[in-house]
Amino acid sequence: MLLKMSNLSKTYPGGKIALANFNLEVDKGEFICLIGTSGSGKTTVMRMINRMLNQTEGTIEINGDDISKMDPVKLRRKIGYVIQNIGLMPHMTIRDNITVVPKLLKWSEEKRNERAKEMIKLVELPEEMLDRYPSELSGGQQQRIGVVRALAADQDIILMDEPFGALDPITRDSLQQLVKDLQERLGKTFIFVTHDMDEALRLATRIVIMSHGEEVQVDTPDNIMRHPKDDFVKELIGKDRLIQARPSITTVGQIMLKNPVSITPGKSLIQAIQLMHDKRVDSLLVTDDAGILKGRIDVESVDYSFNTATSVSDIMDTDIFSVPSDSLIRDTVGRILKRGFKNIPVVDQDNRLVGIVTRAALVDIVYDALYGEQHENGESEAHQDDNSESGDQS
Amino acid sequence: MMTFFQQYGSQLVLKIWQHIYISGLALLLGTIVAVPLGILLTRVKRGAATIMGIASVLQTVPAMALLALMIPIFGIGVKPAVVALFIYSLLPILRNTYLGMMNVNDTLKDAAKGMGMTNTQSILNVELPMAAPVIMSGVRLSATYVIAWAALASYIGAGGLGDFIFNGLNLYQTSLILGGSIPVILLALLTDYLLGKVESLVTPKTVSD
Repeated sequence: MLLKMSNLSKTYPGGKIALANFNLEVDKGEFICLIGTSGSGKTTVMRMINRMLNQTEGTIEINGDDISKMDPVKLRRKIGYVIQNIGLMPHMTIRDNITVVPKLLKWSEEKRNERAKEMIKLVELPEEMLDRYPSELSGGQQQRIGVVRALAADQDIILMDEPFGALDPITRDSLQQLVKDLQERLGKTFIFVTHDMDEALRLATRIVIMSHGEEVQVDTPDNIMRHPKDDFVKELIGKDRLIQARPSITTVGQIMLKNPVSITPGKSLIQAIQLMHDKRVDSLLVTDDAGILKGRIDVESVDYSFNTATSVSDIMDTDIFSVPSDSLIRDTVGRILKRGFKNIPVVDQDNRLVGIVTRAALVDIVYDALYGEQHENGESEAHQDDNSESGDQS
Repeated sequence: MMTFFQQYGSQLVLKIWQHIYISGLALLLGTIVAVPLGILLTRVKRGAATIMGIASVLQTVPAMALLALMIPIFGIGVKPAVVALFIYSLLPILRNTYLGMMNVNDTLKDAAKGMGMTNTQSILNVELPMAAPVIMSGVRLSATYVIAWAALASYIGAGGLGDFIFNGLNLYQTSLILGGSIPVILLALLTDYLLGKVESLVTPKTVSD
């Protein structure tokens, strides 16, 4: 257990209770999103972890050590801290900004330089930027620096307080992706405060929903979407999102048809048309011997070129659209529908063909969404069971 | 004009030197005391209003009266003049230091603390550089005051360009009055210009060139 918070309470003089009996255990590598309305205590919890606030009651342990017995300055140097207003030092270069904590820890200048270069590469910004000042960077670039500043001294726990709240949607999107990527790649633990449910659903491995200083529900995004605990949680998630829950948490791999009909490029057109006839399909996906997707042929082109071409490779259409099997339906459904294809091949990370998504399967998703709307009160669940086999390849 | 320089040339150099010495020393002491005090006040917010109040009250005491008050304590000469001018220089520097430090963006202070800077590190690395231009303009303001008021120090026997002015008034010699007041004006303007240069030097760079 990396981080353990037990019975945390915060009462302000005058009796205002900011936090009551908060408990949470966080494992290494988790991405915890604290979400709630303003005044819910989410920022209070976060700021207690690096002792920017002290709890009235309860204990916080990091790797089993009670942090109230540690030197707060030393503790903070071990915890990354990213804030909404970025807070880069305007009078320091980007290099110095990134290496503030390493400098506090008295790293040699050489080592700090090395780290600054490493860090700026991590957020995909040019090295020349190290000698610039924060005011010369865009808001998105500044917050990228804000993020790596929190990683520069190898901090294991990163606290983020609505870090992307002030950014435009496109910039926010790319930063969310960056942070998620960093978490997965570097195995850091994130405690992330937000009021944006989309953000929480996208980033978190677990979401802590808070209201009026109390925990309401703590669970994975998937479980929260499937079983919102009460009306407050439902409200926070939003009805629209609950209806769309299925596409937003289902991956393409879960709804695709496995074993799509495919052919290798070396086969003759006669073999191709025979295969179409046998399987009762009007198009075939072309893969090489290793199963890597190469293209597609359909019955019209076979018919049209039957006398001029001999092998599948002569007529196959290599410009095809495919989706990765681990992408979310939410992200791909629009693209699939808009392009107007009857079906889309699904590939794994090595571009090997693993399945196919048909429009019929998408109809099921849309049907579930609409059906769910008419039968609220949790009944929609029953109709969302696995029906990935019901689609057919046309 | 030429006759004035022939007659008073060597005296003029001496008086200018005395003037610079008195006001420079007072300003230096004022800065040494007021800047740390101003920083301290931002940390112990409770006492801030009281201290600032006292400094404001001292500022309203007429210069002449304050100089005269110094005589029973320090006698006559340079010492009482420097002390009196030092008291005058305090307020602008103190106020600007306090305001400059208080106006440093809270986000920066929060970030500095959250990253693990100690109080001193936050002051030296973040707050002081950010507040430096404001503090410096307080010093500039004080410098102009002190140079002007140092002319009065002649009354309690501290010397300086005030000697020319008061002699001129007593003897009704316009050349002496001008010979004292014009250098005071030039000295004040020059100091303001030079401290302005210093101000832009201490203003932290925020764009690369």
